[in-house]
Amino acid sequence: MYASAVQDLIDELGRLPGVGPKSAQRIAFHLLKLPTEDALRLARAISEMKARISFCRRCFNVAEGEACQICLDDRRDASVVCVVEEPRDIVAVEKTQEYRGRYHVLQGAISPIEGIGPEQLRVRELLARVQAEGITEIILCTNPNIEGEATAMYLARLLAPAGLKVTRIASGLPVGGDLEYADELTLGRALQGRRDVES
Amino acid sequence: MSLYREQGIVLRTLRLGEADRIITFVTQGHGKVRAVAKGVRKTKSRFGARLEPLTHVSLLLYEGRELDIVTQAETLDHFRSIREDLHRVGRATSMLEAVDQVSQEREPSPRLYQMLLGALRALAARDSELVLAGFFWKLLSLEGAHPVLEQCASCGTEESLEAFDHAEGGVLCRSCRRGVPISPAALEILRRILGGDLAGVLDEPASPATREVEHLATRSVEHHLERRLRSVGVLDGA
Ligand SMILES: [Zn+2]
Ligand SMILES: [Zn+2]
Repeated sequence: MYASAVQDLIDELGRLPGVGPKSAQRIAFHLLKLPTEDALRLARAISEMKARISFCRRCFNVAEGEACQICLDDRRDASVVCVVEEPRDIVAVEKTQEYRGRYHVLQGAISPIEGIGPEQLRVRELLARVQAEGITEIILCTNPNIEGEATAMYLARLLAPAGLKVTRIASGLPVGGDLEYADELTLGRALQGRRDVES
Repeated sequence: MSLYREQGIVLRTLRLGEADRIITFVTQGHGKVRAVAKGVRKTKSRFGARLEPLTHVSLLLYEGRELDIVTQAETLDHFRSIREDLHRVGRATSMLEAVDQVSQEREPSPRLYQMLLGALRALAARDSELVLAGFFWKLLSLEGAHPVLEQCASCGTEESLEAFDHAEGGVLCRSCRRGVPISPAALEILRRILGGDLAGVLDEPASPATREVEHLATRSVEHHLERRLRSVGVLDGA
């Protein structure tokens, strides 16, 4: 339909997560109208990232070089590991400033409907770390949805024989939200995970 | 373009844009419905966990040209005992996947909806290999692929039935045998499931025969759909 260079770009953009054929077309024509320098800056940013950034050999976070910033930081507590689905989840946990341990990125979650099982995730690597690094606590910080819960249940069972402390992040009500709008599953979990009030 | 009320079960969800999802439901009166839930991925979404797969919900939908829009959702049942058991999550997902495959958008199939709801309730009450198997066999029957079980599907004899073949659509005798072997115990369970005694069958303890019936059911559904079910076996080692 379009000149092949434009069609190639539309096809590539259409493969990005969350970008449908219509958005791909819109972005391609936006880029076409852009001054050459602006478009090339985007191209350079992509190629620079691909050249310099890879995944941390230990935790599979994004890293410049072999280890990520967090694994390189020796002030972090090496005995606690927070297990997340994706590197962007590390960013979210870091923003809380509540956590001083290390991470492990699974690079996904168990999803029966997509046919994704534990073998497709970085689970074996996590088990290897438990033995090699003297880890005493693992925090399962996968998403509170059906895939994330399945992943957490699977890991909890898998890690049980290792005799370390395995915890799951609490699910509950969003701060600033109203109780009456809470759905039953969330409210139920919040009740399960209730804690003592200090007085 | 108008608002309508429905009851449905969430079959699957697909990320859309920054914070939305496309939710696929099987509904009581509108068959399969695909609808956009805006902002559902935000932690403060008013939908909360109501539009997670496996949830039975009461809905208010706005009819759109291609996709509808979810305007309200109330939980009827979130099947917590299924969610909290990895094996049951796997079995329930296989049911959702099969229903997603056989149902047509906006083509009412109240029977299919009721069967899925019934099967999820049964699975919530107990984990049995036969809940999934029973659902699959009844699904095949609903689809017009009711297997021949009382006599050889090829020559008609009622003696020494010992194989099952998907292409022949039923059991086969010793001289006609093709496909996979079937044990007398498994054949008996299969006859009871399709003969109206599913409830009684669910009380059967797990055995090689129940596993055989589940396996056969899965392969038969896959044969009927002409594709593999992705969710089957994913959690087997778990
Ligand atoms: Zn690292
Ligand atoms: Zn025969």
